[in-house]
Amino acid sequence: MTVTETVKGAVEILQGFRVTLTNLFRGQITSQYPEEPAPVYPRFRARHELRRYENGLERCIGCMLCEAACPTGAIHVEAAENDPANPVSPGERYASVWEVNLMRCVYCGDCETACPVEAVVLGHEFETAVYTRDGFLWTKEQLLAPTNPNVVVRAE
Amino acid sequence: MDWISLILIPGITSLVLVVILLTGFAYLTLFERKMIGRFQLRIGPNRAWKFGLGHPIADALKMIFKEEFIPARADKLLYVIAPALAIAPALIAFAVVPVGPTLNLFGRQIPLQVADVNIGFLWVLAAASIGIYGVILGGYASNNKYSVLGALRTSAQMLSYELPMGILLIALILTTTLGTADGFGTLSLKEIVAMNRPWWLWLWIWLAFPFYFITMLAETTRKPFDFPETENELVSGFATEYGSIKFALFYMTEYLHILGASAVAVSVFFGGWRGPFVEQIPILGVFYFVAKVMVMVFLFIWVSASVPRPRYDQLLRFCWTILFPIALVYLAITAVIVTLA
Repeated sequence: MTVTETVKGAVEILQGFRVTLTNLFRGQITSQYPEEPAPVYPRFRARHELRRYENGLERCIGCMLCEAACPTGAIHVEAAENDPANPVSPGERYASVWEVNLMRCVYCGDCETACPVEAVVLGHEFETAVYTRDGFLWTKEQLLAPTNPNVVVRAE
Repeated sequence: MDWISLILIPGITSLVLVVILLTGFAYLTLFERKMIGRFQLRIGPNRAWKFGLGHPIADALKMIFKEEFIPARADKLLYVIAPALAIAPALIAFAVVPVGPTLNLFGRQIPLQVADVNIGFLWVLAAASIGIYGVILGGYASNNKYSVLGALRTSAQMLSYELPMGILLIALILTTTLGTADGFGTLSLKEIVAMNRPWWLWLWIWLAFPFYFITMLAETTRKPFDFPETENELVSGFATEYGSIKFALFYMTEYLHILGASAVAVSVFFGGWRGPFVEQIPILGVFYFVAKVMVMVFLFIWVSASVPRPRYDQLLRFCWTILFPIALVYLAITAVIVTLA
């Protein structure tokens, strides 16, 4: 090892020190996630949501196309006839059971595409962690409930 | 000397020092994690309590309540006493470091130093050398090849780097002959801190600091010279088989070595507790000392955030072909300067 190489190496190490020191004063680029919402893109696909019409009727007509389209078999739908005097949905039938197993779901969005009445959408609520396996089975009542996801939608 | 100044005052000062060091160690880990986080554009730990101040306490509790585990076929006695052998010299080295000037309390002279040993330098070097035993015995007693390799590396590294460190210290001791009245110099850290030397000599002393700092990094087995651990090649080196409070003791040892090396370097190179207005308000000296040590600790962390670990042969080659000749040349020039001055 020659003297010039040694001096060169020492200078390079000092340059490294300068880089780290400038980074020390740059401030953080991380976000405080649970307190600060995590920004997502508008087309981000998180867990399913079932929607209603403005008059309160459920959009889902129990056609089971989402169940057929689901590549992992995560969705389970059972249909029932609407009572004409007190309808649940505007069509002839409605979904008496609409369940999705989020442990199987791959969030591909095929159910969204298959749905003829835009009843099922993949929303922005991705904080679905629970402590039990049963907690991943979301039923119709939970999916219909209004959501308030802890997210900021960022510009695409 | 009555028994109060012979036993009671050193006893109390050493007790206070140990308590401060052991809690200071805990918050040193937090300081390091915070600073490393800042270097990496993160914030570092901030979950437990305000600014993450609860993290060291949580870590300590976790360490104490973890399962004690002794590997089968390990040398049980050595395995258990090795952490204690590692941490005791790290604490002992502090005994000779003057933390501040002598205080006048309750009508007594209270030196802010546990023991003013007149061979303070040798005491520090001896304590540092004995500290290797804990690491070597721990690695040997674990009955694990990674541990043994880590321990062997430690011994080679520390023995090699003690040479340039010792020679640089000899050169610095030579400069003390210009500061004492009889011209014989001194080995006592207390006198070295208190003595006055010409300003041009300080410039020459500070020239040695970068090289001394490199030997310090190697002696404390800190990054980038953390060869006893090298988690990517030796899993965790000598500490592989250690868990629970025994591992915590090794962990403490590393940080106490940082504090100890910083304290000695501050005393030798940067005037220890000296600073403006210390003559009027002696307690200020303690703050100056702590501030200087913190700057040194920051240097340690800055290095660990900046420099990658070299290869093992590079480490030894750097010591023997670069650092050692530089130290010898420095010693020779210092001897000439001291003789002429």
